[in-house]
Amino acid sequence: MTDRSKKYFNPYFGGVMVGLLMLLTFYITGRGLGASGAVKNTVVTAMHSIAPEHTEESTYMSRFLSDDEHPMNNWLVFEVLGVIAGAFLSGSLAGRLKLKVEHSPKITSRRRLVFALLGGLLFGIGSQLGRGCTSGAALSGMASLSTAGFISMMSIFGTAFIAAYFFRKNWI
Amino acid sequence: MGPLIPQGIISGEWNNVFALLIGVVFGFFLEGSGFSSSRKLAGVFYGYDFIVLKFFFTAAITAAVGMIYFGYVGWIDLDMIYVNQSYVSSLIIGGVIMGLGFIMGGFCPGTSVCGAAIGKIDAWVFTGGMFIGIFIFSEAFPLFEGLYNSDNLGSIKIYESLGISRAFFVFALILVALGMFYVTGIIQKKVKKVEY
Repeated sequence: MTDRSKKYFNPYFGGVMVGLLMLLTFYITGRGLGASGAVKNTVVTAMHSIAPEHTEESTYMSRFLSDDEHPMNNWLVFEVLGVIAGAFLSGSLAGRLKLKVEHSPKITSRRRLVFALLGGLLFGIGSQLGRGCTSGAALSGMASLSTAGFISMMSIFGTAFIAAYFFRKNWI
Repeated sequence: MGPLIPQGIISGEWNNVFALLIGVVFGFFLEGSGFSSSRKLAGVFYGYDFIVLKFFFTAAITAAVGMIYFGYVGWIDLDMIYVNQSYVSSLIIGGVIMGLGFIMGGFCPGTSVCGAAIGKIDAWVFTGGMFIGIFIFSEAFPLFEGLYNSDNLGSIKIYESLGISRAFFVFALILVALGMFYVTGIIQKKVKKVEY
């Protein structure tokens, strides 16, 4: 019997569906999809409740505070909440809900988690500097044919390809 | 004529409702295509699984072709579509930092949310790392500020940068993508299978 949890959509099918979804998103909102912006707004909100004065004085974080609108009342925040629900739905239908640390058998869980933390940290910094991550800057940026989207895509994937050699032990 | 909300055809109050629904579909297809698995994602960098490349280019092309069509039949005003600003230096350096994060962490922000939703503890840790990274960036912003605001070429489009028409560029992009799909298919057959 084949393992149901390993059955994924054909990537071209998934790509066309998300492409159509992006088209719909552009048609309705005039903008594409995103992800890192939601994390940024969450960080700004958390900092604003812990250290309000510090956050208001911060050159970067104060850009995302306004008197009219709460930073959590934001398109990307709701979109990412939806992503969590949609991914959970897909995972539960396919029987993939499971608490685990996924890693190559050649490395320990601990090593995987240390690298996951470092990777997330770098992605956090890079997505702010690059004004968006793989979803918002690269994918949606490419779909809208912005030069920025293509620079972002080539820079993210180019670097990862070049650096892949040095981290191969973690994956293969 | 679209885009509906910027044109005022649908009230902005609906924005978050659409955001949630669009997010559900996005998350469903990301997870369903295998984007919740870091080992599947990393396959593209070692040649054992090209799902990222296939999915990424198919999605971008589908949306780009759809927009040309929508523009042609007059369903959407293409000039009202948001185009990311090209701050060249910060895009490149930010991208390099993200690329390193990708190969070390095995996720990007959207995919880590998918992994986290189905119980991948490494995805939780990656997401936690993002919060810390964004906090560090915010606190250290004075250091980055010069770079962050430098070299802005404005909201330029790739086909304008290359001096060709929108349709011709998208056609060329499709040919490049088909070429890549073909070549990666050959590579994947030659590379040793990785079980995950």
